[in-house]
Amino acid sequence: MFTALRRYAIENELLYLFLHNRIAQLAALVALLCLGGAALAPWIAPYDPYDIASIDLLDSLLPPAWSEDGDTRFIIGTDDQGRDLFSAILYGTRLSLLVGLLSIGFASILGITVGVLAGYLGGRFDSIVMRIADVQLSLPAILTALLIDGIARGILPRESHDNLMIVVLTIAIGLSLWVNFARTARASTFVEKSKEYVQAAIIMGMHPLRIMVVHILPNILGPLMVILTIDLAVAILLEATLSFLGVGVPPNQPSLGTLIRIGTEYLFSGEWWVVLFPSLTLIIMIVAVNILGDFLRDALNPRLR
Amino acid sequence: MLTFISRRLLQSLFVMLAVSLIAFALFRFVGDPVAQMVGQETSIEDQERIRERLGLNDSIPTQFVRFIGKLASADFGYSYRTRQPVSEMILTRLPATLELGFVSLLISLLIGIPAGIYTAIKRGGALANTLLVTTLVGISIPTFVIGIFLIYLFGVKLGWLPTFGRGDTIALGWWKTSFLTLDGLKSMLLPALTLGVYQLTLTMRLVRAEMQDVLKTDYIKFATARGINYRSLYFNHAFRNTLIPVITIIGLQLGGIIAFSIVTESVFQWPGMGLLFLDSIRYVDIPVMSVYLVLIAMMFVIINLIVDMLYFFIDPRVRLASEAN
Repeated sequence: MFTALRRYAIENELLYLFLHNRIAQLAALVALLCLGGAALAPWIAPYDPYDIASIDLLDSLLPPAWSEDGDTRFIIGTDDQGRDLFSAILYGTRLSLLVGLLSIGFASILGITVGVLAGYLGGRFDSIVMRIADVQLSLPAILTALLIDGIARGILPRESHDNLMIVVLTIAIGLSLWVNFARTARASTFVEKSKEYVQAAIIMGMHPLRIMVVHILPNILGPLMVILTIDLAVAILLEATLSFLGVGVPPNQPSLGTLIRIGTEYLFSGEWWVVLFPSLTLIIMIVAVNILGDFLRDALNPRLR
Repeated sequence: MLTFISRRLLQSLFVMLAVSLIAFALFRFVGDPVAQMVGQETSIEDQERIRERLGLNDSIPTQFVRFIGKLASADFGYSYRTRQPVSEMILTRLPATLELGFVSLLISLLIGIPAGIYTAIKRGGALANTLLVTTLVGISIPTFVIGIFLIYLFGVKLGWLPTFGRGDTIALGWWKTSFLTLDGLKSMLLPALTLGVYQLTLTMRLVRAEMQDVLKTDYIKFATARGINYRSLYFNHAFRNTLIPVITIIGLQLGGIIAFSIVTESVFQWPGMGLLFLDSIRYVDIPVMSVYLVLIAMMFVIINLIVDMLYFFIDPRVRLASEAN
């Protein structure tokens, strides 16, 4: 009863702060637009970039529709293979967001499980987990992701690379981001464990698993939500970087990173639109998610109010 | 003091051992080393002989010990791709990365720290707010997009600066430096800026947060009440106490610079270790990958060790805590 009441108050306060924060609202709108565009890409994109039959090489590298040589069929121009850039970006956002969300889901489930267990159980399990976390935390996420990606490339047979790349990316990015979740979950669990409601549950003889999932987890979700949002931006960035470096999604699939990579090759000859629009999409998406993360952090942090 | 250092050294050793184990597993179990070395027409018996000669039939612990011994004596084996000794490949690439990293660290600290202090002091001011919004954008723009933008502006549009490679270098022994030629310095500018911008925004935000926390403390309020002039208040009283986090920042930055040099080097085709590592991932060149992993881990361990030691000397609290134990 008490927790339900408190949660309601917190949610209401969040809502209140959100309704009085124009920038956060704008960011949420942009994020929703990106999400909507990504989810509905097959229905709203004018062309299907995967459909080779609809692509004409004669249309390659057309500038945006408003410039002199532009073609009204392609609003913001075409890429080197004659794909409509707008459609490619929609599908690219779809892939980038998919990998971002999947990997952050993987990282959070892994990190929270390990963190809550470590905080609740303490002892040897705790010290081993935290030692691993310390080691990993001293390596930047991009390095960890690159390494795991490289190892996966070595282990997997060459033919199945392309099909499995999304899985590999998800695991590589997820494994490089779990530490934040684990550390936060552990610290919060540690605090909650000494509180009376948990002590009462322990005395009542409740199963530890039930205490962790039903009692502790809902009370530590606040800080975890902040990390979830901020790290989603990191995950999207990591995917784009890996794809840009040529070790991410296969080159025939339009992710924002691969589109930018293709675009840089045509930058010197003055075809700026191939690189500009995917970059802008990526930046706008990351800025929006970051602003939302900042808003959540400030709203949930009592010290800043 | 001695116990503190020896405990930290022991921890570092443990980390290095763990990383070498990963590197060894990578080297030994990802792909078949023999298959990489010989052609298709080599007979099974010959392959078996090579396997025996290389000691690949020994027990795994024996092989691991031998692997560590070779690492310690800087015998890194041969690249699968180029057939060159890995140590040679890394030595020729090392100066490029170190010089690039050094310049970006300078950019990041020399601009980031003053800007951080300024935005903390002039909270809510017009310039401070502009700087803050800029950093938010700076943090959100991926390194490679910054690089591409700089290339387009200064390389393609204005044509002022070279956009790839190191330019002219002068050899000082085996160390090829680009600091001593104008062309080298010009080539350095764009990559260093690309690598530095992200670190710069990070420095600025961290220094600002730290400075704000310190400015809220009682002793600063008291010092203000005493009427100490602001310059002395900010620099002697407040900034000095943010120095410890700043050292942490430098440590973190070095790590970030090493990691992001991979991206920057790829954008600018800078012939450093990052590009080498990237190529080794692309072509599954396991020896280069595992050696890079060990070297990077060593760098990180050394950086962390130095940072911890510095805490020990700078912060009396750390010293007291370790003596109390």
